[in-house]
Amino acid sequence: MTPEIRRVANVILLMFLSLFIAASAMQVVNADSLSNDSRNQRAVFDGYKTQRGAILVENQPIAESVPSSDAYHFLRKYSGPQYSAITGFYSLYQGRTGLENYLDSSLRGDNSAQFFEQLNALFSGNPVTGASVELSIDEKVQQVAWDALGNNRGAVIAMDPTTGRIIALVSKPGFDPNLLSTHNTADASSNYKKLLTRSDAPLINRAISGDLYAPGSVFKLVVASAAFESGKYTPQSTLPNPARYTLPGTKTTITNSGESNCGGAKRVSIATALKLSCNIPFAQLGIALGQDAIAAQAKKFGFGESVAIPMKSTASVYPTDMDDAQTGISSFGQFDVRVSPLQMVMVSAAIANGGIQMQPYLVDQIFTSNLTLLQETKPTELRRSISTSTAESVRNMMIAAVAHGVSHNASIPGVVVEGKTGTAENGVGEPYTLWFTGFAPAKNPKVAIAVVVENGGGLGQAGRGNSVAAPIARQVMQAVLDK
Amino acid sequence: MARAKRVRVMPAKRNLELLMLLFTFGVYAFALAQVQLATIQVLNPEGWFFWSIPVLLATGFHILLRYKASDADPLLLPIGFFLNSLGVVMIYRLDLAKPLADLDRTVGQRQVIWMSIAMILGALVIWFVKNHLSLRKYIYISMALGVVLLVLPLLPVIGKTVSGAHLWVNLGPLSFQPGELAKIALTIFFAGYLSSRRESLAVVGRKVMGIRIPPARELGPIAFIWLASLAVLVLQRDLGTSLLYFGLFLVLIYVATARAFYVFVGLIMFVSGAVIASKFMSYVGGRLDGWLDPLNDANYSAVGGSYQIVQSMFGLAHGGLFGTGLGGGLPQIVPLANSDFIISAIGEELGLVGIFAVLSMYLLLVARALRIANAHADDFSKLLSVGLGFVIALQVFIVIGGVFRVVPLTGLTTPLLAAGGSSLVANWIIIALLLRLSDTLPKAGTVN
Repeated sequence: MTPEIRRVANVILLMFLSLFIAASAMQVVNADSLSNDSRNQRAVFDGYKTQRGAILVENQPIAESVPSSDAYHFLRKYSGPQYSAITGFYSLYQGRTGLENYLDSSLRGDNSAQFFEQLNALFSGNPVTGASVELSIDEKVQQVAWDALGNNRGAVIAMDPTTGRIIALVSKPGFDPNLLSTHNTADASSNYKKLLTRSDAPLINRAISGDLYAPGSVFKLVVASAAFESGKYTPQSTLPNPARYTLPGTKTTITNSGESNCGGAKRVSIATALKLSCNIPFAQLGIALGQDAIAAQAKKFGFGESVAIPMKSTASVYPTDMDDAQTGISSFGQFDVRVSPLQMVMVSAAIANGGIQMQPYLVDQIFTSNLTLLQETKPTELRRSISTSTAESVRNMMIAAVAHGVSHNASIPGVVVEGKTGTAENGVGEPYTLWFTGFAPAKNPKVAIAVVVENGGGLGQAGRGNSVAAPIARQVMQAVLDK
Repeated sequence: MARAKRVRVMPAKRNLELLMLLFTFGVYAFALAQVQLATIQVLNPEGWFFWSIPVLLATGFHILLRYKASDADPLLLPIGFFLNSLGVVMIYRLDLAKPLADLDRTVGQRQVIWMSIAMILGALVIWFVKNHLSLRKYIYISMALGVVLLVLPLLPVIGKTVSGAHLWVNLGPLSFQPGELAKIALTIFFAGYLSSRRESLAVVGRKVMGIRIPPARELGPIAFIWLASLAVLVLQRDLGTSLLYFGLFLVLIYVATARAFYVFVGLIMFVSGAVIASKFMSYVGGRLDGWLDPLNDANYSAVGGSYQIVQSMFGLAHGGLFGTGLGGGLPQIVPLANSDFIISAIGEELGLVGIFAVLSMYLLLVARALRIANAHADDFSKLLSVGLGFVIALQVFIVIGGVFRVVPLTGLTTPLLAAGGSSLVANWIIIALLLRLSDTLPKAGTVN
């Protein structure tokens, strides 16, 4: 029987070997992917063991962890809804979004930069305290942007065009993150359900990562830039100026907004067409340039690319494989062109900054609980989007658009403001999407801005970019310049 | 000779055993203190209850061995105590994690009581079974007892269903898993039956295509065991238990006859039976889906789906290589963490290192059993030792393999670790029988 017993021993050894291997696979090899599974509550429970770092605006917390008497030791508290698009929420049951998600490892104190603090914690038994985050947001400007949007659905994003520092970022409607950070299971999940099913979708960050919007006439900035970059056009180049224009290869005719013929002359300059925001000249210009040239310019402005501020934005879209008619319509920001407000402020900022596009960012500094600096954001160039001379040409046209064009509601007395409005159609009978993007002042621009208002600002098809979005932008820019 | 009366040899093995026992006592005390400090932040005197009773009984067990089985294997008692006390520590730790309002915070206390009862019963086996060969007289009684124990949970009134499986009986306030004791009775029966029939099973029979087919009369018992295992699978709805009995029988018949034919045919019969059963019984199919793709959302949220095993996987991943430390993890999130999933709680808090330590302990225990089998000269003793060792090995493989997704999850208990009295009693009796078997080894130089 001895050889048989030996064989049984071998079988037993194999059975145990498979257990050793399976255990190693689960506890070491696959441990990371299991730990990051969204259904895994352990990371969240673990996160409550240490005091999570605060998110600060001008040294005042907009999100902080305060001691609580329950099993979780700390409760996450938020200053209110006006920062919800920035902080996101941190919930026991619904996970985390926004900065709470993207900066989780720093806030939790789990960042590799805090290695020595973790080592110290291991031996001393004192838990690591999470790192705190100082934002680039200006508290006053943020408040003005929040108030100026009023009851509209939409977003405002303002940044310093020379550095990419984001000064204000608002998405409306916002939500109170305290409703989700509560430790009461029933409350948290019923609040979450309510927010999730509301038709005005407050959980969506419209400024960077919501559904994209049709840009309407603000896209003319991209087409004009493509024209000047091609070397074939200047702001004074003229185009035919009919009152009606039949799109090539179709029987569809288009008109300018208000059915005017854009200044009355036989031919109209690109400068005048942008100032008065005429569609027909831009459709012809776009067809003449070709979709490839416009696509290349759009890409140089950052279309097709997600940006991390550190939250990831949704990439904006310039369509491909269009016929001439579609190229024409897309040249005034209709058809399938789709953009985020972040994308539009990046276009304006590049124009304001002499053609150089800066990486937008929200976080100035990250520091430990004993105020050791862990990380500081230095402004970085993304790319050159357009030449200095193109930037100069487009800027001058934008000055005219605000000074005596169709974007005049953004003008600030005593300040030269550059801007462009947009009123994008969304289908027959649908309310328009209203836009403003621009920057101020003309010399040494301090603020670039994009404003989007959904649903025609509540005015149906009577709402215009100039009547609704431009005044909001004016108030925000004014607030920056008043400082 | 001057002193011709009974010579008492210096029991070197017992001294080694005592040394290792003292070590496990120390580890036990340390672990209890660690659990209290990590969960309730103070040392609570109830720790004395947890520590002193098992330590006193284990010391008593050790002293009994000095007198009644002084040549027995020195590793078995310390390994048994180590695993059992680790189980108590984890169960106590899970009790402490429960909210104060929870009425069931005394699983740990009950486990200590059961551990004590099991060790006392083990000691009684040492006391009364002077020589395991006497068990040969009871092999048919053992078979009858085994079958009765298996059928008990199916009876009305006393039978009880826990998570779909009929493995329990209710006796007043106590519930009991008779299958655990059945495995000892059946091991004794298999060892006795096969040691008397091995000749006929091995050599008699016609040759068909070079393979010797035993006569039908000899195949009868195999068919009977196969049907009984399938009956367990179908009626008690538990794949693990039926696999345990069938696997035990196959290994013993292989060791007895040296004929791989039996293993081959047996495995084909079992697998085909299980596949057919899975077609007709939805619970088997659900278990299989949850095993193959537990992270799939549909399986995860299905009733009786993979929720439990996924939570256990999260816990094990959380533990990683070195674990969170006793009391530092969140093993209470996993349902049934103190019984079916106790290995997952250990893996979370003691890490992969702890899992390896536990598995090595089991492996050592099984290796000792096989070593005893090798050293014995007679068939019955060999088969009995192999059977008792293999039944532990297979049960560990099925249960822990279920947690680590080597095999589908079943309703067996983790030997010596999981909360539950019947399992502790059965496994301490197995340890006692192995101690007895190792004490009666033929002495070197004696003529056999």
